[in-house]
Amino acid sequence: MSLTYPVGSDHQLARLLQIGIVLEEVVEARAAKHAAESDGLTDDVRDLLDDAVVESADHRRRLEDLVEHLDAETVPFEEIEMLVEEQYESDGDFDGVLYDQLCNEETAYKFYDDLIDAVEQSDVGFGVDRDRLLTTLREIREEEAEGVEEVTKLMEAGE
Amino acid sequence: MNTSDQYLKAIYLIQDKEDGPASTGSIADMLDVSPASANEMIGKLEDRELVEHEKYKGVTLTDDGIVRARDALQNYCIIERFLLEVLEVEDFRGEARQLESVIDETVAERLDTIIDREPQCPDCFDAEDDVCGLLEVGVEASD
Repeated sequence: MSLTYPVGSDHQLARLLQIGIVLEEVVEARAAKHAAESDGLTDDVRDLLDDAVVESADHRRRLEDLVEHLDAETVPFEEIEMLVEEQYESDGDFDGVLYDQLCNEETAYKFYDDLIDAVEQSDVGFGVDRDRLLTTLREIREEEAEGVEEVTKLMEAGE
Repeated sequence: MNTSDQYLKAIYLIQDKEDGPASTGSIADMLDVSPASANEMIGKLEDRELVEHEKYKGVTLTDDGIVRARDALQNYCIIERFLLEVLEVEDFRGEARQLESVIDETVAERLDTIIDREPQCPDCFDAEDDVCGLLEVGVEASD
């Protein structure tokens, strides 16, 4: 009855990691855009956005290292930055920026959580070492969970 | 997208095509599962009041079922459009079907921030061709 598929090949794994990289690139570009264009942000929120940019860039590079072993390419950050720029509508105020950042962190957490499940369900031998793959994904998921907590605290403090 | 949403999407598309209830057989065919599996899930969806199942006639979505089915179809459109427009995947239909169970709606919403989707989505979905009718499929795509 279930239509949930485990990750069945290097190709599919590479595709999912590519999507993870794009998600990180979206976070990086949107956080930078918020910091540059939103008025009235507190120092705490600016620090949060700066940290999000640095953390997403780090996650992206760790995922790129994995993708390299799977003989696949990734979408350059500049390309995603341009797409974000085209579709971006400023959330402007404090609440809008924090809410967007919360969505970013929650989305990334959910994505890595589902991906880890799909990899764990699979018995395929991947071109990248399985332990290294799962360790990297679990570390990133943990950092996303911490990110959700940080944003939630700031939202509560602002109420 | 979870399994029940994939069933609701399939029922929605079949109802649209047939202009009437969806048979268990056609649902099983579309999802490539056995009729017994389809029946089991239809029973669960009925318990949750997302579909009505009338013997010998077929399955019809309730109002709540239609809302969820349309959301699921919209997510599917986002995945297809993202694969084609951003990752330039040639077999975007096949890969979207493989990926839809792993791509949650919150993830689809984020991917939606960088694609160019029309406001009438998912009404423009062409079930026969398994793709948005407004998507320009002829662009250069690689895998």
